[in-house]
Amino acid sequence: MSESSVSVVKVIRCIVCPTGCQIQAISKGSDIIFEGYTCKRGLEYAEQEFYEPKRILTTTIRVEDGFLPLIPVRTDKPIFKEKLFEVLIEIAKTVVKPPVKMGDILIENILELDSNIIASRDLAKK
Amino acid sequence: MIYDVIIIGGGVTGCCIARNLSKYDLKIALLEKEADIASGTTKANSGVVHAGFASPREYVKRDMCIEGNKLYTQAFEELNFSFQRIGSFVVALEDNQIVKLEEQRKQGTQDGIPGLEVILDKKKIKYMEPNITDDVVGVLHAPTAGIVSPYGMTYALAENAAMNGVKFFRNQKVRRINHQNYTFVIKTKDKEFKANNVINAAGVYGAKISKMVGLDYFKIMPRKGEYIIFDRNAMHLNKILFPTPTKVSKGILICPTVSGNTFVGPNAHNITDKKDISTTEAGLKEILESGRNLVPNLPVRASIRNFAGLRAVPDTYDFVIDNTDVYGFINVVGILSPGLSSCYAIAKRVIEFLELLGANMTVKEDYNPIRPKPERFKDFSKIELDIKIKEDPTWGRIICRCETIPEREIIDAIHSPVGATTLDGIKFRCRPGMGRCQGGFCRPRLIEILSRELNIPYEDVVKMGEETNFLVAKTKEIALQSVEGGNKE
Amino acid sequence: MKKYKSDVVVIGAGAGGLAAAIEVKKADLEVLIIERDKELGGITLQCIHNGFGLKEFEEELTGPEYAQRFINQVKELKIPFLLDSMVIEITKEKLVYAVNRNEGLIEIEAKAIILAMGCREKTRGAINIPGFRPAGIYTAGQAQRFVNIEGYLPGNTYVILGSGDIGMIMARRLTWEGCKVKAVVEIQPYVSGLLRNQVQCLEDYDIPLITSYTVTKIHGRERIKGVTVSKVGRNFDRIIGSDKFIECDTLLLSVGLIPENELTLEAGAELSKNGGPLVDENLETTIDGIFACGNVLQVHDLVDLVTAEAKRAGKNVIEYINSRYGKDLMKKEIIKCVPGENVNYVKPDIINKRNLSEEIIFTFRVRHPDRRVLIQFKDNLQKIIYKKNKFYVIPSEMLELNINLEESGINPDCKSITIDVIPRPEVLIEED
Repeated sequence: MSESSVSVVKVIRCIVCPTGCQIQAISKGSDIIFEGYTCKRGLEYAEQEFYEPKRILTTTIRVEDGFLPLIPVRTDKPIFKEKLFEVLIEIAKTVVKPPVKMGDILIENILELDSNIIASRDLAKK
Repeated sequence: MIYDVIIIGGGVTGCCIARNLSKYDLKIALLEKEADIASGTTKANSGVVHAGFASPREYVKRDMCIEGNKLYTQAFEELNFSFQRIGSFVVALEDNQIVKLEEQRKQGTQDGIPGLEVILDKKKIKYMEPNITDDVVGVLHAPTAGIVSPYGMTYALAENAAMNGVKFFRNQKVRRINHQNYTFVIKTKDKEFKANNVINAAGVYGAKISKMVGLDYFKIMPRKGEYIIFDRNAMHLNKILFPTPTKVSKGILICPTVSGNTFVGPNAHNITDKKDISTTEAGLKEILESGRNLVPNLPVRASIRNFAGLRAVPDTYDFVIDNTDVYGFINVVGILSPGLSSCYAIAKRVIEFLELLGANMTVKEDYNPIRPKPERFKDFSKIELDIKIKEDPTWGRIICRCETIPEREIIDAIHSPVGATTLDGIKFRCRPGMGRCQGGFCRPRLIEILSRELNIPYEDVVKMGEETNFLVAKTKEIALQSVEGGNKE
Repeated sequence: MKKYKSDVVVIGAGAGGLAAAIEVKKADLEVLIIERDKELGGITLQCIHNGFGLKEFEEELTGPEYAQRFINQVKELKIPFLLDSMVIEITKEKLVYAVNRNEGLIEIEAKAIILAMGCREKTRGAINIPGFRPAGIYTAGQAQRFVNIEGYLPGNTYVILGSGDIGMIMARRLTWEGCKVKAVVEIQPYVSGLLRNQVQCLEDYDIPLITSYTVTKIHGRERIKGVTVSKVGRNFDRIIGSDKFIECDTLLLSVGLIPENELTLEAGAELSKNGGPLVDENLETTIDGIFACGNVLQVHDLVDLVTAEAKRAGKNVIEYINSRYGKDLMKKEIIKCVPGENVNYVKPDIINKRNLSEEIIFTFRVRHPDRRVLIQFKDNLQKIIYKKNKFYVIPSEMLELNINLEESGINPDCKSITIDVIPRPEVLIEED
């Protein structure tokens, strides 16, 4: 019975628009097919989420003698979702010195994930 | 050092006694168990100064209230707290209740309460208080009844007492009292105090303190009362409204506050836990339903806060004001309603006791009864404001927008005699966080100012005492702790 | 007393105020920005997450990046601004009074004023919760400021009341900082924030979202020790027997935002039911020459929409100063805009008949979610002026329509128009 190998392996809630389609990733033999999307963007989103979920990480880095004690930062490219917490710990260990300009690279190629941690704003000295 | 007098308890009773005693050449200290004075019954109180006709004639509290009410006039002039004699109505909703009002009027007038009048003209009643229910059939009007900020007055009393030499010690829960050779030794967690005379004004803990010197002749039960406060813009009430009393209590009232809000409450539930100041769903429902009998259009949706307070109810249902068998130990406990109204009369009685006990009651030459009115941004004209800010820039930094409170007023609240050391202490002294946003904008700034002025780290700033810290760690500390913990394993 | 003059005064240097000021300055008018905080940028500075700028810049930015772009423009254009300055009064005559530490009381005489003070968080959700009043209760935005700007964490374990966007974003933010978020509790049967946040802030981290529940008791006398949550019925009444205890040391409230209009009210401008000032199609309040934009007017879902509205306000102020200021115009003839079925509020509140030939931007929100609806505008004689189908409406999404009422055939003598969002008649038939 070849049908027995058909199973829903993941349900992805589409966030492309407020409709919020429930897209099912179904394994059919060695293939994965997607069902439940209502537009092309939805399918693209589901494929990305299924095979390689990535996120932009936004957090802060501690600042020594700055106008503020923290500077907001982000990854300049999305990073693997499963690596988020490792990256966060690495960032938590870091302290930077002002002045900082928006876009300055504060941590280069973090954990060799091909993404830099960049400043989200200017920050002057105290 | 041996104090002439130590007062245990920094509520309105204790602080009023401290202030009125500070006139005399005595060494006085006041011990408060909480982080701030006015933290118990005084904080969650109706703030009504009663005319005095409500208690039966056989009770001491009736005389104290009638006399105490009169003494407010002078205290108000000297201490500059908020107080308004707006008058009260006892509201009759049925014809047979008029008899009760008449009886109260007659007895009250005989006992010297001025201006009591039973009004049956509905038009006149409605004119005097438009919010009152259409079902009203008559009211007993008491023009000398008033409203006061109970904690505001207590701060004023404490400040003036401190100005005149009384020492205040907070966070001093009394653990033991030893009595030897006419000297009391009072032990707290970290200090020891000695005194010739002790005044027990410990509120709901009054019986516990009394027992420490072997006096076990009364019980104190906590009785919880819940309140709901409404936004200032939602309703404006002219009069304090009481239902016609039953045997159990004066009932749930509706009343304006000195800051222009309206509240409804309190109900009355005997409880066992002396720390239980939680509100309950059933209790809040009860006071709203009861309040609607007097004012049908209570602005329920505009409620800005609910809270509960405990009254110290003695088993005699009357004040326990005794020069006790333990020489030098005075009980001033069981001060339930109308305790706030009576405090100046109670203080007078305590002074008489101390005279009998042979304390040195010489009036100090430098006694200053005046507590200056705190300066308020809102009271200044534009030109005055400009001058004030140029003299002192902290007048120009607004911390609380809802109530327009500048940094200066907050610093003053911290550095006044017996000043605020907690966020609630600031809030109750000068109102930041009491407005519509309930602290949304000002809280971070208040924490910053308190940390700076008291020279303590942010994490040590508290809401109202031990273990009420606002912040637990610096950003990143928790995340880093998790790895450090992980590495060790 | 220090006195200044400026063509335009902008109150508030958040996303709205900055965009409006830039617009005005580009038309070579003098403009002064007054800000109560110690730097320009407003609340966007503490919103360090991404998701901003897709409409305005066609790229995805964080809040601080979005703000920085406008701050840079303000500096390039040399627009003057006062920081740490609190406006304490504005008058009908367009005098603005502010105080700050260095200059004392300041009086600014303006030809026009743009109100851009933003909004504040509601605390209502917590107010009527019975129980103690311990330390450890914050609004989500307050916690956001502590965590992202001041550098402090308000607690270790959290329950968040309300599924507004700030609450959900804070759930993720705190999780990323090593804290534990036990649950997000929502009294409505649906999430009140954006779906994207529900998925990426809660579901990604297995944070339970409990709908049709609310916090019914707060435990702990000193610091909060936990909350009781209970299921609610149709009228939000507690269902007996559904109580659950959740241990936590912090409760965050994310129960909505409300425009911040104390100054507006004191100036004598009328407010409408949504808490924002009553405005016409030019975003002008009931006081001549005082305009409003951004969250002080209506709470927006996206900062990009605030920017767009602020630019409109800026353009209208330029028009006001160049062609209407100081002139006696004939008595205003207006049409009222009334929120009808399933419409919470609508902006503008009134339309000047003199502008009927122009395209008008209507913004409004529904009261409850619905599918396959008809949006219709009808006049006071029940004549339908405008119709549009929409597949999905939800209270958290502000609806915007550009309509030329004259071209739609409005009767110029009508007194009011009502906006309804109703089930499509054909849908009803289908389902029968």
